Amino acid sequence: MAKFREEGSKEIPQISTASLPDIIFMLIFFFMVSTTIRETQLMVENTVPGATEVKKLERKDLVSYIYIGKPKRQFQDMYGTEPRIQLNDSFAKVGDIRDYIATERKQLDESERPKMTTSLKVDEDTKMGVVTDVKLALRKASALKINYSAREVDRVY
Amino acid sequence: MARPKGEFNAAPMADIAFLLLIFFLVATTFDVDTGIMRKLPPIPDEEQQRQQDDKQIKERNVFEVLINSNDQLLVEGDPMDISNLRESAKEFIVNPRNETDLPEMEMKEVPFFGETERTKGIVSLQNDRGTSYEMYMKVQNELTAAYNEVHDDLAMRKFGQHYKELTKEKKDAIDEKYPMIISEAEPKNVGGN
Repeated sequence: MAKFREEGSKEIPQISTASLPDIIFMLIFFFMVSTTIRETQLMVENTVPGATEVKKLERKDLVSYIYIGKPKRQFQDMYGTEPRIQLNDSFAKVGDIRDYIATERKQLDESERPKMTTSLKVDEDTKMGVVTDVKLALRKASALKINYSAREVDRVY
Repeated sequence: MARPKGEFNAAPMADIAFLLLIFFLVATTFDVDTGIMRKLPPIPDEEQQRQQDDKQIKERNVFEVLINSNDQLLVEGDPMDISNLRESAKEFIVNPRNETDLPEMEMKEVPFFGETERTKGIVSLQNDRGTSYEMYMKVQNELTAAYNEVHDDLAMRKFGQHYKELTKEKKDAIDEKYPMIISEAEPKNVGGN
């Protein structure tokens, strides 16, 4: 019978850990690429409704967000429990939307301004009244492309 | 004596890499933004307003959907459950048997189809200020689903492919044959805020 093992080398050689960082770096690159760091802190309850016919929102840099919902518990003694509008990091009134859209629009390249989309992230417990006011304000600010944010679900009823 | 190999101790490197990895793991939120796209109508100026008022749309060409403040549906004058909305909207859009209470067809030149019949139907959606957003989204979802199914059916019949697999030109042609027009009337305020 042939002998494959060399005489004398009985102890197991140590595994080289040099390739371990490579694997970890690979994982890091994956997470770095897929990370979107949330820049706004949510101050309102925000569970968007489910829908089956959702489309993915492409080009996140062209999207500005409007959050609507009940203020979170820690803000309730100051702002009450009625649904409110959040723009950037603060509560806002319907009248502030015009300025918000104008600022967001200014940040975009002139050629891309028509493609600007407003994503309405509205809590499912909200009544339509405030949403209607926001939509009217958006029409007045001529931000006409909107996206009703929704989770993808299999069935809605 | 063994010659020193050109290796360095790589163990701390793994530590640093782990640290970074943990940071990105924590900071990652996989929120893909999804939703239903809509286009709001521009605010008409006075001239356009007057023209609009003159232009009467025939009742048979309008699919009227009302949602009241108790989240109940009234479709074309009859109460309806949300689960039937999709089918009845589809029938309205296609009008397969050319019925007289469903929308008229007009002849129009559409790429890929040539001179073809095109529906004049539009969907009119009106809600109350007290309607819940959840119900409103369900209705929007069903109406979108109805249009999507009609488009997909046509794509299968005409091109033998699903709508989403078609080229942009073919998609546009189908959109033009069954244009998705959902007009939203100013909401009523019956149920209070």
